[in-house]
Amino acid sequence: MRAFDYHRPATLKEAASLLRKNENARALSGGQSLIPALKLRLAAPAALVDLGAIEELRGIKLDGAVLTVGAMVRHSEVATSRDVAIGIPALARLAEDIGDRQVRNMGTLGGALANNDPAADYPAAVLGLGATIHTNKRAIAADKFFLGLYETALKRGEIITSVAFPLPKRAAYAKFANPASRFALVGVFVSEGAGSVRVAVTGAAPCVFRAKDMEKKLAANFAPDVLAKVRVPPDGLNSDIHASAEYRAHLITVMAKRAVAAAVAGK
Amino acid sequence: MGITVSMTVNGQAVTAELDPRTLLVQFLREYRQLTGTHVGCDTGQCGACTVHLDGRAVKACNILAVQAQGAQILTIEGVAANSELHPMQAAFRDHHGLQCGFCTPGMVMNALELVRKHPDPSEETIRAGLDGNLCRCTGYHNIVKAVQAGAAAMKR
Repeated sequence: MRAFDYHRPATLKEAASLLRKNENARALSGGQSLIPALKLRLAAPAALVDLGAIEELRGIKLDGAVLTVGAMVRHSEVATSRDVAIGIPALARLAEDIGDRQVRNMGTLGGALANNDPAADYPAAVLGLGATIHTNKRAIAADKFFLGLYETALKRGEIITSVAFPLPKRAAYAKFANPASRFALVGVFVSEGAGSVRVAVTGAAPCVFRAKDMEKKLAANFAPDVLAKVRVPPDGLNSDIHASAEYRAHLITVMAKRAVAAAVAGK
Repeated sequence: MGITVSMTVNGQAVTAELDPRTLLVQFLREYRQLTGTHVGCDTGQCGACTVHLDGRAVKACNILAVQAQGAQILTIEGVAANSELHPMQAAFRDHHGLQCGFCTPGMVMNALELVRKHPDPSEETIRAGLDGNLCRCTGYHNIVKAVQAGAAAMKR
């Protein structure tokens, strides 16, 4: 690791000011992606602003038709929260299957979204549910948040504070996990909400995206079989030692069908 | 730049002035001489460095010591009562849940949280629950048996 200054502010305001003032500062949430990157010197920020002591970034709230999850809420908390189980059980199950127990006990929702790893699970849920990302400055719709490989709409000094998920009528996530890393080779989150169907795909491309052809078919008939012949073209999908773009394209249809079947079955 | 860090390790309050780069596992092993917590892969994959942070199993090679400010840390050294092995440790011995033993401290620390959440775990639950811990000797069968026996013994 390269040397860095370390700050542990107690308030959001102080954290934002530290991030603004220090040009090469990075926010640290659970650190399950950032610390390995520091160790490999893939990241070498001049300062780390640890968000771990900021109380206002915690908490889960189910209020009417919206589930709000604080940015520093850990995956293990989402997986076991009663409010999440009642509001969006598919989100609890997704969280329960991120990484492994130790990672889920540290990693946070806000950290995962700000990092926007192309194979992360949470971006699929946030995009697939049409959630809103709240920051210390503004509210950003999921459709405008994920911009590219590890790239988001967040600006310098901007910190995710919470995510508001509208409650869907039904939803599910299906993931084909890389057997070694458990990251999504392809993960598909589907939801049927107030008058709209969303299908979000992670792991397959440099950034999470919506499969709009699938959404159209499902809007007419929310059943797995309508997706049988819908293929996302392999052009632009990831091709690596784990899977070719063609294989990932194939998996998207398979995972989408499984997700719809699970949503229909209420599983 | 030194940072003053205070935490409780195995029930004992400790304070140190640390370079912020110090990993929690480094702090435990090199500053506290608690070498039961192992460094296996040093990349957050193998789980040999698993300790409890405020009751949660975490990988100490993937956490900065400064992130544990004010936390309660439990390491494998704090698991046994006096000179008596914890039932989970005894179960690993009785069921040959280890060969070289390098992964064992991490396996035990993970198993303790697993059993707290699932007091009567099935084989499937144990295998899924130990996902974050690698063993290169045993083939896992005896580890699974040990965790099941340890869980039963902990109920007594």
